[in-house]
Amino acid sequence: MDSTLDVVLRLVAVLVVFLVLPLVVGQTEHKVMAHMQGRLGPMYAGGFHGWAQLVADGVKFAQKEDVVPAAADRRVFQLAPAVALLPYLLVLIAIPVGPHGFVGEAVDAGLFFVLAVMGVGVLGSLMAGWASANKFSLLGGVRTAAQLMAYEVPMLLTAASVAMAAGTVSLPGILDAFHWWWIPWQIVGGLVFFTAGLAELQRPPFDMPVADSEIIFGAYTEYTGLRFALFLLAEYAGIVVLCALTAVLFLGGWHGPMSGSLGWLWTLVKTGLLAFVVIWLRVSYPRLREDQLQKLAWTILIPLSLAQIALTGVVKVVIS
Amino acid sequence: MNLAAAHPGFLSPTGVEVAFVLVGLATLGAALLTVTTRQLVHAALWLVVALGGLAVEYLLLTAEFIAWVQVLIYVGSVVVLLLFGLMLTKAPIGRSPDADSGNRWVALAVAVAAAGTLVWVVVDAFRTTWIDLGGPAQGSTEVTGAILFRHWVLPFEALSVLLLAALVGAIVLSKRTGRER
Repeated sequence: MDSTLDVVLRLVAVLVVFLVLPLVVGQTEHKVMAHMQGRLGPMYAGGFHGWAQLVADGVKFAQKEDVVPAAADRRVFQLAPAVALLPYLLVLIAIPVGPHGFVGEAVDAGLFFVLAVMGVGVLGSLMAGWASANKFSLLGGVRTAAQLMAYEVPMLLTAASVAMAAGTVSLPGILDAFHWWWIPWQIVGGLVFFTAGLAELQRPPFDMPVADSEIIFGAYTEYTGLRFALFLLAEYAGIVVLCALTAVLFLGGWHGPMSGSLGWLWTLVKTGLLAFVVIWLRVSYPRLREDQLQKLAWTILIPLSLAQIALTGVVKVVIS
Repeated sequence: MNLAAAHPGFLSPTGVEVAFVLVGLATLGAALLTVTTRQLVHAALWLVVALGGLAVEYLLLTAEFIAWVQVLIYVGSVVVLLLFGLMLTKAPIGRSPDADSGNRWVALAVAVAAAGTLVWVVVDAFRTTWIDLGGPAQGSTEVTGAILFRHWVLPFEALSVLLLAALVGAIVLSKRTGRER
């Protein structure tokens, strides 16, 4: 009975994190972007510095009519937001927060689990892009697929580099094997992983699939109300997952001063800092063109990640 | 693995075995829909269900690593590639009347023959071998890696060379530009 209760408590905790952290990132984005652009951002909802703005947004989305275009493929169209959102919830289960089993569920092949399930999320965008029966949506879907295929490779290669360094593919195992000098050793891999992850989430400057000045809003053009909100939530949940994963793989996760009692705080701080960088990049970089996107992935990121794997292998052989 | 003496029998299935059969039926159903549906993109999406069901089967057999690789490679990459290709065609919403190649019966014969051969080979190879799912995971990453790189290194390397050849071939084919035609 105790173990059942334990599992249920862990899953509830993961669900709460999944519902809270993306909103925190969203609100931070509102405020940080506003200050970087010399304005205030939301100030009225909820009183203190507009903290309830996203709650108000949620109420607004829930009130809107849920429109399915007449020519759309109804079932695929309606299913797409769930396919986009749920994988991120599943991924959160496997991400270790602190030492001594502070994780939703320790998965043996955790690294493969998170990367595999994150890849499934993109199917949601593809389904949305095709089922909307709208040429802008279709263009968005095609761009999403092309981008995913290009950036999945460097992401996997750099993740493999960490797995080689740790000698395990279990995420808590990777953290147990971590030493501080891994950060300079794996820094190139970390940068490549983070960049490729941003591209997979279609965040600026890699937001060609939803480029509003060209194709309205890409695969999500026809969506309204709650289903549209679910796509937005998927984007922010994706930011949380990507930042947490980068922190765990390349920045040592819960390692830090007093990690025995404050390990979870270190994970949160590192994740939060990376999320800030994600927002910062959105404000400061212009959107890459489609050919520049592909060129960046195939001619810069993939060679860099291969070099990182070679370096990891050499150092690993030398020190063992 | 125990031999036939310790055979638990088929008449009192455990929960895992029941789940295995049910997931297998769902996978088979999705696979059938993949080849019978008249809507092209739906076929690709049913393929996702079939491949995902196969991953669940691997999980139930405690082959966790293989299961995630299945999701990563097939659902994450192959199906995305397939959908990408379909989106570049005129895959319509609704039925595509020309989606039937007319080889329905030949295809059925080939499928039945292939399935028969595979089932026969697997049944003949394992006979009454019983995999104990209750013990330590037999398909964990460590076990899979050790077996792959101790007992099957040569086939593994041969496959790598084959894939490399395919890669080079693909580059050569796609490099052929208009002036040669």
